[in-house]
Amino acid sequence: MGELAAEKHVQFILSVEKKKDSLEAVAMEHLRMNGAYWGLTTLDLLGKIQVLALFNKIDVLDVDKVASYKQIKSKRNKKILLNLIFNSDVAALQNKDGSFSGDMWGEIDTRFSYIAILCLALLHRLNKINVEKAVNYITHLNFDLPMPTAVFCCVGALAITGSLHHIDKDLLGWWLCERQVNSGDILIKSKAKPGGLNGRPEKLPDVCYSWWVLSSLVMIDRVHWIDKEKLVKFILDCQDIENGGISDRPDDAVDVYHTYFGVAGLSLLEYPGMKALDPAYALPVDVVNRIILGK
Amino acid sequence: MHGRPRKPAKPEDESASAARAEALRALQSQFFSNHHNKVYTDEALQLSGRLIEQNPEFYTAWNYRKLVVQQNLDRCSESDPDALKSIIDQELRLVEIALRQNFKSYGAWHHRKWVLSKGHSVLDREMKLLKQFQLLDPRNFHAWNYRRFVAALLNRSDEEELEYTREMVENNFSNYSAWHNRSVLLSNLMKKKAEGFFPKAKVLNNEYEHVHDAIFTDPDDQSGWFYYTWLLDQTVKTDAPLLVSSWPAHGSSVILSRNRHSSDCSSSPFDSFRSDSGTVPLLIYFNQAVEGVNSSSITIESSFCTKDLIWKPVLQNNSQLSQVWVTHIKFPNAKSHSSEVYQLKVSVGPTQGIISASGFDYSHPTQFAFKVCVRPIETEPAEKQGEDIILWTDENFHAFQTQYQELHEVVPVDQQSVNDVHEPTASNWRAETIAKEIALFRELVSEINCKIGKLTLARLLTAHDVILSPCTSKMFHSDEVLQLYIDLIKLDPSHSQYYKDEHSLVFLQKVTSNRESLLRHCFSHKNLASSSIGNHICLRLNNLSLSRMGSVEKLLWVRMLDLSHNELHSIEGLEAMQLLSRLNLSNNKLGSFTALGPLKQLKLLQVLDISYNEIGAHSIDTTRYQCSTPLSHTEEASWNSEEIGTGGAGVKGYWEAFLIFKSMSLTQLVTLGNAISGENFKSFVVMFVPTLEWLDGDKLH
Repeated sequence: MGELAAEKHVQFILSVEKKKDSLEAVAMEHLRMNGAYWGLTTLDLLGKIQVLALFNKIDVLDVDKVASYKQIKSKRNKKILLNLIFNSDVAALQNKDGSFSGDMWGEIDTRFSYIAILCLALLHRLNKINVEKAVNYITHLNFDLPMPTAVFCCVGALAITGSLHHIDKDLLGWWLCERQVNSGDILIKSKAKPGGLNGRPEKLPDVCYSWWVLSSLVMIDRVHWIDKEKLVKFILDCQDIENGGISDRPDDAVDVYHTYFGVAGLSLLEYPGMKALDPAYALPVDVVNRIILGK
Repeated sequence: MHGRPRKPAKPEDESASAARAEALRALQSQFFSNHHNKVYTDEALQLSGRLIEQNPEFYTAWNYRKLVVQQNLDRCSESDPDALKSIIDQELRLVEIALRQNFKSYGAWHHRKWVLSKGHSVLDREMKLLKQFQLLDPRNFHAWNYRRFVAALLNRSDEEELEYTREMVENNFSNYSAWHNRSVLLSNLMKKKAEGFFPKAKVLNNEYEHVHDAIFTDPDDQSGWFYYTWLLDQTVKTDAPLLVSSWPAHGSSVILSRNRHSSDCSSSPFDSFRSDSGTVPLLIYFNQAVEGVNSSSITIESSFCTKDLIWKPVLQNNSQLSQVWVTHIKFPNAKSHSSEVYQLKVSVGPTQGIISASGFDYSHPTQFAFKVCVRPIETEPAEKQGEDIILWTDENFHAFQTQYQELHEVVPVDQQSVNDVHEPTASNWRAETIAKEIALFRELVSEINCKIGKLTLARLLTAHDVILSPCTSKMFHSDEVLQLYIDLIKLDPSHSQYYKDEHSLVFLQKVTSNRESLLRHCFSHKNLASSSIGNHICLRLNNLSLSRMGSVEKLLWVRMLDLSHNELHSIEGLEAMQLLSRLNLSNNKLGSFTALGPLKQLKLLQVLDISYNEIGAHSIDTTRYQCSTPLSHTEEASWNSEEIGTGGAGVKGYWEAFLIFKSMSLTQLVTLGNAISGENFKSFVVMFVPTLEWLDGDKLH
């Protein structure tokens, strides 16, 4: 264990950005946008977003390509373009029952409810959808087969729409706080130190749940029900001290995804020297405040 | 990289993977070129398949295939079933290959659903495939979701699926997914009152037997815990909402005075109320959140007009679902110089309209009655004058001496006896079931010192008390429950705060469960014996290690509350105490201004002490989404640019405080001893809380 190897993690993220042609990068092509979000947010939480000045441009979203796809010929600025896309496309994906489809092929999932609500909120355009129906859809799901990823999407969407009162916070909070693996066979199996969070009963702990479970616990104001100190130790124990990056469990291979979730978890645990992360918008608090509160 | 060991790459690996990367990149480029140029040939389709086999999460490739398949299906005539079948089979085969590569691929599972939705395929095969998959990974939630999808297409009954969950659990009880699915299926069947699933009592008793095997075999295995919790909830909860308390309480007499010097020593100090406008709030508290409370679902009989009262939910957000509702009744001006007494009879739910969140009607029409004695105005209301500072130190309080004969009627415990008659037969099996479970878990706990045994026993004992007296919650078992939570804090220190919170709730239930114990916490404040609030009793719940507030339904009458020197980090629920005018929250663990959100609903609150908390000390605000703010789209960012720009004292730095204080009319405030304290904050408060007379012990103006 030890301290957070912040400098190493910054180096790791930058090295990933440079290795665009590695097998991993090519295989993860479809996650390029996610990768940019994980990397950039991690840098910001570590207070190192300024290193981006070293790059000319981050090749994430080719606005020209999008513009040609949308058949927009005149030169509009990015923001207007993005606004147009989200307003028309996102709102059109809401179904009659309030749910959202991911695209024209109609896969329905609470991931899409959360994403739609999140991006419209960031664009101040929540009025473009039927929020009441969207909330109604989520609250009537009964959290089918509770999975922390789905719980996060539901709780996050309800938080952003001011609807958390629909949740039995004590019941959900207890289920979530029992995700902390402190003893038992699972711990022996995983060879991990106690304190990590798992996704469901009797599953192995994994750093990614330091985001999914922890953010949900913060949103419903029940995060004090877990042992924060132990969880900090578990996350720090999953660092690659030599080459940077964080993995799912101690001594596994690191990746940007778990690096973000580990750093995000530490931020929610108030680890010293880190920027605060908003549990619902999944962006740094100062960014959310600037966008939503106009500060 | 889930579960892959960390190791440095060897040079030979690196060159091999570089070659693979190049090949994959070439494949991707060709694929995108096909996609953009709308090349839908067999060869192009195969190429997309190769890409998917390598990476099942590649959504674009799945979607490309849907375009091609759709086109091919459209071309294929109905008269050629073999061609249709081969198109479909090709897709199903690819999905299987993809799933063997990555069982959690959302894209693959959805593609299969999409293909099935086209028809032309044999659904029985899907069940066989699922059986295979679920043997390999019995807890994969994608497979369980897919199973529900196929079961619906096949019109398989809930009974058949329930039987399947039984098989799965019997194979291995450590299957949380099967247990969970079982609870969902059983809920449906019981709701439908399907044959063999009614009455509820019989079904639930069987299920208890079933889950005992899991819990008693390995108490540390969590798989059965949540199913047990669900069963207990099914046993305890009543579907229809119930009224649990009100203010004024049934049988009480409220003295309404309009000027501050008319306090009458012959009246009870609990129920006098002062209002310059002659209005009295009427509060009703349900056992669960309800909607549809309005002047037609609640009727009030009185000698003056009380029609068209406006009922408002008492909540931190602007929902129409609430446990607590309030209205304000305006009384006629007294005509003579003597008091006028009004009888009011309130009927809750004589007509339909009040509905719980899960859609159940309020089906136990309830009545309660109270008197309001309107005092004549003896003197013209004096010019509003400053009030002395309220000090909360012990020497200002003395034990409350009751000299009132009628006290047993007015301390609002045991108030809603009208409700006790509901469902006498139903509560029998409930109480019997719980009693049986209590005996079993007492035995388990005596044999092994296990956490789930103790926690379940504590919950069972609490549930037993609630079932025996649903509205008054007499606590027969509170001491045993409190001891169990103390044991649990030691036994499972990682979750000690959870047990502490539960301990606080049970402790407060105990304190408020009878008049004697409540009176022990009632004090008179010496400065306030003839005060303007007409009630000088302070409920002191200070120094009790409370980490959570509860039992507010028993405390609706409280005007002055001392919660200082506890461990509160939240005051959720306090919004129901609508009569509160003086509140001491000092020396707690409140971490932010948003934690004070419930106070925004307390329109009578004037004196507030939040000193020595942790406001401003935390980077993460855990009540950020409990309170109505622009972040949750429950409130506009209502400050203007002028307010933002006023030097160091502006809204900018203290927007949470601004949102809380702007809707209150505080006259006294103490904020010392918080991380946020300081001259800047003080000048902000002075600027934005114009009603303030005292700040941090100093007189303003």
